[in-house]
Amino acid sequence: MIRYKATGALRLAALSLLALGAAPAPARASELSELRAELDAVKSSYQTQLSALEARLAQLESQLAAASSAAASGAATAGVAPPVAAMAPGAPGGGGGQNAFNPAVSVILGGRYAQLSEDPADYHVAGFMPAGDGVGPGPRGFTLGESELTLAANVDPYFFANLTTAITGDNSISVEEAYVKTIALPAGLSLKGGRFFSGLGYVNEIHSHAWDFVDQPLVYQAMFGGQLAQDGAQLKWVAPTDLFVELGAETGNGGQYPRTRLQGNGLNGGALLAHVGDDIGDSTSWRAGLSWLSARAENRSFSDVTAGGGPIEDAFSGDSRTWVLDGILKWSPHGNATVHSLKLQAEYLQRTEDGQLAATVNQLTMAAPFRSRQSGWYLQGVYQFLPRWRFGARYDALDSGAVHIGLVDNGLLPASSFPTLAPATPSRVSLMFDWNPSEFTRLRVQYAWDDARLNNRDRQLLLQYLYSIGAHGAHKF
Amino acid sequence: MNRYLKCAAALLLAAMTVPAQATIRVLATTPEWAALTRELGGDKVDVYAATSAFQDVHRVDAKPSLVARARSADLVVAAGAELEIGWLPILLRESGNARIQPGNPGYFEADASLRLLEVPSAVDRSMGDVHPLGNPHAHLDPHNVALVATALSTRLSTLDAANAAYYQGRASEFQSRWQAAIVRWEQQAAPLKGVPVVVIHRDQVYLCRWLGLQEVAAIEPKPGVPPSSSYLAELVTRLTAAPPRMILRNAYNDPKAADWLSERIHVPVVMLPYSVGGTPAAKDLYTLFDDTVSRLLAAGK
Repeated sequence: MIRYKATGALRLAALSLLALGAAPAPARASELSELRAELDAVKSSYQTQLSALEARLAQLESQLAAASSAAASGAATAGVAPPVAAMAPGAPGGGGGQNAFNPAVSVILGGRYAQLSEDPADYHVAGFMPAGDGVGPGPRGFTLGESELTLAANVDPYFFANLTTAITGDNSISVEEAYVKTIALPAGLSLKGGRFFSGLGYVNEIHSHAWDFVDQPLVYQAMFGGQLAQDGAQLKWVAPTDLFVELGAETGNGGQYPRTRLQGNGLNGGALLAHVGDDIGDSTSWRAGLSWLSARAENRSFSDVTAGGGPIEDAFSGDSRTWVLDGILKWSPHGNATVHSLKLQAEYLQRTEDGQLAATVNQLTMAAPFRSRQSGWYLQGVYQFLPRWRFGARYDALDSGAVHIGLVDNGLLPASSFPTLAPATPSRVSLMFDWNPSEFTRLRVQYAWDDARLNNRDRQLLLQYLYSIGAHGAHKF
Repeated sequence: MNRYLKCAAALLLAAMTVPAQATIRVLATTPEWAALTRELGGDKVDVYAATSAFQDVHRVDAKPSLVARARSADLVVAAGAELEIGWLPILLRESGNARIQPGNPGYFEADASLRLLEVPSAVDRSMGDVHPLGNPHAHLDPHNVALVATALSTRLSTLDAANAAYYQGRASEFQSRWQAAIVRWEQQAAPLKGVPVVVIHRDQVYLCRWLGLQEVAAIEPKPGVPPSSSYLAELVTRLTAAPPRMILRNAYNDPKAADWLSERIHVPVVMLPYSVGGTPAAKDLYTLFDDTVSRLLAAGK
């Protein structure tokens, strides 16, 4: 509108100028061209000013619209949080009244098909004490995997809360993580409390749907029975440096292998964590870490069958200390992982246990000192060779190491009474191939040659699907 | 254990006594907003761009180096509208930095001061990577840059009140230079009005609308969804019948799809910087638009 009026005025001005110029009948040609030039100058200066005005108008208009739409949506739903808060992790999508504060909901559906050459019921990692349920490739055939339900939101200006439950195929629900984390502590500090995956190592904190293989590295299975969760608290500190340095300390009740809950009221040990990381150029980033887990075990028992075929109950009590050395390196051209990317990852774990091992044979219990130093590592690489297509390889190796069983050393029982603890070097080779038609779907095939048992190689073919619905997940490095 | 505790305590004390920075430390998620912060903050800001013009900002990792920068940042300048939803929330939570949490003055979203295009009335993932809050690639309309500049300058003044006059001065200087530049670009780009173009992803929407380019097709049938062969075949047929003048692609896009289409319909691909640093010429916000306009004009001839 303004534009029309202004051009109108301009024309009027131009006409009058022309008219003025034309008034003295025999105008000289030079005068006329001078006038023309002047007119052009006026025109162009008007044009510039007009454009500037138009721009300002457009700017004002959109400001006004933004303001009014923000006000309107704010009043109507309160769902589109104030602009500064729009990015809040649990930013609700809308809905009025009370629902506006619903946490971000995300669901992962997973399932798989397993074809195993060996019976999974007798799966064990030779040379290592049984670590619990999270060991082995799982049942044969089709299995509904964990359906993971996550609810997350800021509680208030001070805390963030997250609940991740796993609904398993056998109709049980387990709490994977249920924690609150501070977001308002000063000086780079944050405190997490509740149940959470321990920050030790690299892969431990990663949820199963974000793993690069169907299963955990063998060393994690052997040493923690899968993932080590803490029911306790974690304090972390990020250094105010351009080099990423993060230190952490954790403590918990010890309700998971290799720890046990203690008789007293206190906590059971804890972990110390240190991570450093940075970029190399614009294509590569890395992180390395060293963690230490120290805890006690009281009567951590397992059943065994002696070489003679008789049952034997063993129980370890003592100190268990684990070192974890981890490293991860990610590469993609200019940091753009859309087409090609490479992820290399390795971890080394070493555990020393020192205490007493009690053995019960025929209702007779004997105990003697026990000491072991066991280790394991894995190295894996995943390469994205086309958009949406990835290929990966992983090598796992464990060493049951030096195990000193006092009951054997002092001649009370023969070594054949402890077949589980017989020296072994289990290993596994896995190849993986996955297709990700979108960020929210992953279809995977994995083949593994698993030498976790002493003698029988398990050939494992695993097919897996993972679907993610709901709030857009954000993944750790 | 005691020794470790003492050690940790000493480190913590050391951290708390680090002297306050003289400048505002800014972590910008994208190079364009990093450049704008530099324009407005001058030597009073120390800006780190989390990504480059060669990265798809939607697909970035919460890398350790970024957590470290977030830890010390006084201000996070994000595009917002869920563009960074896959990594920024993690970064903020892992940073242990209360100042930059959403809702605090240290958290700024550029898109919050804009009226975004393509706000869907309903969202569903079957529609592809749709953004419930609207198309977040808003900086390619320089009028939007001007709007964000106003809001960002106010924010800088809030954070560093002692230098408010300095920021206001720089802001008004920037605005007048920028408005003049917009006039220049619009004059230069006048021949581009109505020129039919093909885009890859719907991240050129603001540019097309600003310059009046007519977006006749997108290589991605839905945002973030790769084209199927039947869709491409149909696209070739359609575009052969009514050929566009150019195919636009950003510095960070994989050139394959655009080149493939270009060969078949005999229409040139124009590589645009998309953000500061996307081409050697696009060194700052001004040259970003200079280069974008001149590349479009060169191809439109």
